[in-house]
Amino acid sequence: MRFLFKTDYEDDIKLFPHSGYVVTYGVLLALLLIAPYVLSSYLMSQLVFVCIYATVGVALLILTGFTGQASLGHAAFLAIGAYTAAYLQKYNVPFPVYFLAAGLLTGIIGAMVGFPALRLTGIYLVIATISFALIVEEILARWESVTNGNEGMRVKALSLLGVAVPRDSPTFYFLCLAVLVLTIVGTLNLLRSPTGRAFVAIRDSETAARSMGVNVALYKVKSFAISAAITGLAGVLFAHKLSFISPEMFTLQLSIEFIIVILIGGTFSLHGAVLGAIFIVMIDPFLTYLKDDMPGIIAGIAATFGAGSATAGNIQSKVAAFASLNGLKGAIYGIIIVLFVLFEPLGLYGRWLKIKLFFQLFPLYKRATFKRQKIYVKSERNR
Amino acid sequence: MSYFRAENLSLHFGGLKAVDAVSFAVEKGEILSIIGPNGAGKSSIFNLISRIYRPTSGRIFFEDQDITEQPPYDIAKLGIARTFQNIELFENATVLSNLLVGRHRHSTTQLWQELLFLPSVRANEKVHRRRVEQVIELLDLEPYRDKLISGLPYGVRKVIELARALCSEPKLILLDEPSSGLNVEETDDMSFWIRDMKSELGVTVLMVEHDMALVNRVSDRVIALNYGRVLAMGSPAEVQQHPDVVAAYLGT
Repeated sequence: MRFLFKTDYEDDIKLFPHSGYVVTYGVLLALLLIAPYVLSSYLMSQLVFVCIYATVGVALLILTGFTGQASLGHAAFLAIGAYTAAYLQKYNVPFPVYFLAAGLLTGIIGAMVGFPALRLTGIYLVIATISFALIVEEILARWESVTNGNEGMRVKALSLLGVAVPRDSPTFYFLCLAVLVLTIVGTLNLLRSPTGRAFVAIRDSETAARSMGVNVALYKVKSFAISAAITGLAGVLFAHKLSFISPEMFTLQLSIEFIIVILIGGTFSLHGAVLGAIFIVMIDPFLTYLKDDMPGIIAGIAATFGAGSATAGNIQSKVAAFASLNGLKGAIYGIIIVLFVLFEPLGLYGRWLKIKLFFQLFPLYKRATFKRQKIYVKSERNR
Repeated sequence: MSYFRAENLSLHFGGLKAVDAVSFAVEKGEILSIIGPNGAGKSSIFNLISRIYRPTSGRIFFEDQDITEQPPYDIAKLGIARTFQNIELFENATVLSNLLVGRHRHSTTQLWQELLFLPSVRANEKVHRRRVEQVIELLDLEPYRDKLISGLPYGVRKVIELARALCSEPKLILLDEPSSGLNVEETDDMSFWIRDMKSELGVTVLMVEHDMALVNRVSDRVIALNYGRVLAMGSPAEVQQHPDVVAAYLGT
């Protein structure tokens, strides 16, 4: 176990508290930089999606994890970013311009969503953001002159400084990685300055935040705007990665996936967004693999335990039918959320911290180390 | 002109007069205690001053400025800090970041500067942190500096709330029952700190308190309330002798 001896205020402000962090993140960054020359094109494609989902995860963490405002409308922000890019691209606007324009526009729309959300808390806010997402989805389907309606829009490969960057090129991956890293660094900067602390204050006690001079309404709107803007930027990359966008890609299910990203990763740290993104991107191929291979495997097991070939074939077709049921994916997502909320509320990153602490304190680790005391005295009257 | 003044302050909930035409003044650098039985309207007065409630009628002045219509977050910016009866801390943050929120009224940096963490933000941070460390030292909070609030005992939280209010470098501090839930020793410490705040930091203190020993020890003047009205005002001894106050506490 390492004990830090702090001698300067700088020691509390630093992004990397000690040299160990520099080494770890340095190695991680090096691995990410050589990845395109080592990994298969399929894995690279998955890695690009991890970057995009993690960027949205960080955005959602700012709003939900740190400001305490739930949102099930982030798919809509992503859509607005993606459509802004696709629309402006038609008029030969250069990439940097429409990239920033998408961020700006979603930021403004995020602030506009934030205003009515000022008076809403908890489940009511969730309903309001769902409604917003549904409205956006409907607008995308109906505003055909701009969005091409349900037929969707093609997105050409982005061109950077006159050079085309195909969606499966290393350059595109580096761009996504850069956006993710810059987002994380910006968010960390925010969290160690007054704005970030005001966000956390609002999450934990609006009354106290107000009495300490935090303009709660203003900071909530700021949080919405920042979160939406980052999601909009991710939306541009998302559009380029998919090269085709249509309204049915930005449904409630996508918003739920973003919530899963932060719930499973862990809502208290930015690590959670990245871990959650890896989880959500990897679970899809995993489920497909299960769906394709499980029936055969189960039938095989049944056969080895003495079931006749007719029974085994019967079991195989039954399992296959079950695996291809509609909405099974949604149900699995739901089960995953419930299990995590019940048994691992701190998420994957919390689990990692527990494992780390277990080895640091070995053999003195107590199971109750991460248990929080229940609060009984709390004045809810002054909300 | 008084430093802080409430004139005919009233707060009515329908027919219930929680605060009824209360007028009082606080002089610069004094410690004024508000006492009274439960439901007398003591905390309501605090909530009126910090604008959690909007007064039904009456006006509040601070440094000759009418602050009755100021939004709640501006009250802190003027230099009025408060603590709460049922501790309102930021549970899932460390003690240090709780105290740094207390510095919020002194933050001058813009969002874009913070995103880039420009040197100006860094310089500001250092100023905030130096001030916070001074308060930590004053109130002996060193052992808890990096702990999460949610794991700390009640008595410590009470002190952290006081610390957070002090970090904002207030001119006037409102203490809502600073000794409630504290043991004898902690109450003793609290009384020293309240007097230190006055003598060393030059803070004016307005406090609601039930513990008469503490009130007698620290207050310059006392106001007794009952049913939202002022019963008596004066030195601690005078107020305790006042027949109306005796009647309110003991019955006739």
